[in-house]
This record gives sequence, structure tokens and C-alpha cells, in this order.
Amino acid sequence: MPLAHPSTAMVPGRQLGCVAVEENEVLVSAEDQAFVRRLRAGDEDAFMVLVDRHQAAMLRIARMYVSSQAVAEDVVQDAWVGILRGLERFEGRSSLRTWMYRIVVNIAKTRGQREGRSTPFSSLAGDDDAESSAAGAWFQGAEDRWPRHWSTLPNDWRVLPEDRLLAGETLQLIGETIASLPPAQAEVLRLRDVLGWSSEEVRNALDLSETNQRVLLHRARSKVRRALDGYLERDVTG
Amino acid sequence: MTALELTCQEVVEIVTDYLEGAMSTEDRARFDGHLAGSDGCTNYVQQMRDTIRLTGMLTEEQVPDEQKERLREAFRTWKTE
Repeated sequence: MPLAHPSTAMVPGRQLGCVAVEENEVLVSAEDQAFVRRLRAGDEDAFMVLVDRHQAAMLRIARMYVSSQAVAEDVVQDAWVGILRGLERFEGRSSLRTWMYRIVVNIAKTRGQREGRSTPFSSLAGDDDAESSAAGAWFQGAEDRWPRHWSTLPNDWRVLPEDRLLAGETLQLIGETIASLPPAQAEVLRLRDVLGWSSEEVRNALDLSETNQRVLLHRARSKVRRALDGYLERDVTG
Repeated sequence: MTALELTCQEVVEIVTDYLEGAMSTEDRARFDGHLAGSDGCTNYVQQMRDTIRLTGMLTEEQVPDEQKERLREAFRTWKTE
């Protein structure tokens, strides 16, 4: 939330109202405004563009909260109707997509609670001990010359030709690695790095704390890097 | 080596804070200082940057037609509400 400018913070109520309006203008992009306008006018094409962009991610997120794919599809269907009905109330305090995903998460949460399921982002610690102890093996031990420094230096990928990095096979490996991650890690990584959302949007959309969002992102990225390094290693060293 | 100096293992643990711009100026300077003297960590951070860049080249899954049709129907219903 942007802080009010010192000079405007001093002035009485009516002026502060103007500050709030300015904040909204900053937060909602021209693209979001256009979408809201077109949807309110009943523009089906605009709606289908949003469906193409967001349906897959919404379904995966809903699926984390509920017991089956079928229930997740119902949740997302309800969410879209909720989004359309709520458009009149959309105030632009967040980006349009953040607001949309919050609706998905709220409906999914309610359904999941009714099904007696625990929430997917509730426990972060403890599920990755194997990962951290394996990483420990990359470094020298307490009795070595340089404790906690590399025992073998990481590969320099810059020696690889760019088309090696960009090969379809490389991207496929990344996709497969993401699919094998715990769902919460995978989804944070997809929103942040595949779809290019800001970290603030990701944590608002998924209702995560800043720290949890970054921990999930860190674990996910570290695993993808590791998978890539295993795959590229023979080309780097050979 | 002073107590404030980072180890390579710490660099690996906090690299996401660094790349996400979530570090204080002081911590960032310490991190950069470590990188300047560590080829291994320079490679590691570059690998992370490449990983992020390559991940960004993936595309989102296609939405199945039957889901789209169901949503199109929902939209038309909403319009007549």
C-alpha cells in the first residue's frame, strides 16, 4: 500500500478521498479497466479471453483445496459466476486477476472445509528435509579446509550454446519437474515464473504470507535448477 | 574471515531473497561481495537466473472445449440475469 505523501497526509478528509482515488488509478492497469468495462457491457469475447488465460491455473489451485477434479471444476465454475456477479463491486484495490483468484480460493476453501480437508498452504516446514540434506553434501564439512564452501564448483552453463538451453527437450524437462513438485510449490512457481506475476500478486491471489510465498518459490526454483543441471551436466563437462 | 562473511552454503539458501529483491541494502552488498570472490557461487546464481528465464518460456495448458462451452453458457445466463 503506497503511503500518503507527507504534504497530503496533513490535509483534512475530503482531500484524503482524492488520494484514495489516485491509488486506485495506479493499481488498476489500463488493460484491467478495459476488461472490466467490456465484461460489464456483456462482451463474451472478453470473457473467453480471461477463461483461456486463467481457467487452467484456477482449476489447479481449486484442486489443492478439494477432494477431486470434478469438485474443483464445480468450484471454478461457481467462481466465474461469482466474478461476473461481483464485477459491479470490483473497486480496483488489487489487480483484476488477484481479485479473481481470491474468489476462487475463497470458494475452494469453503468447499474443502466442508469436505473436512486441511488447507494446502497450512504446513510448509518438514516436507523438504531430504532436499536440504542433499544440498548439504555439495559443501565441505566442518573438518575440511573451507567449511560450508563448495566441495565441487557448480557448472558454468554459460559455456553452452543458447540453442542447447532453449531446446524443446530442456523445456519439457522443466515442465515435468514442475509437475512433480508438491502442488503448493508448483503453483507459486507457475504464477511467478511461468505466468510472470509479481510476488505480491502471487501472495495476494493465494492468500500467502510474504515469507511463505518466498519459501515455496525458493524450494521450487532450487529443484528445477537441480534437475536442469543434472540434465545439462554432460554437455558442460564433456 | 569475519563472522559477517557469507558462506557458499548460505548463498544457496538465500539466493531467492537476492533475486527477488527482498534483501536490505547491507545484505545485498554482502551477497555481491561474496559473489565477487566466488566462482562457484557466481555460476550458481547464473544457473538460477537461467532457470527462471527458461521456466518463463513454458506456456499454460490449453482449456478443454467442454469446459469452455460450459463457461460460455454460464456467461450467457449471467447476461440475462
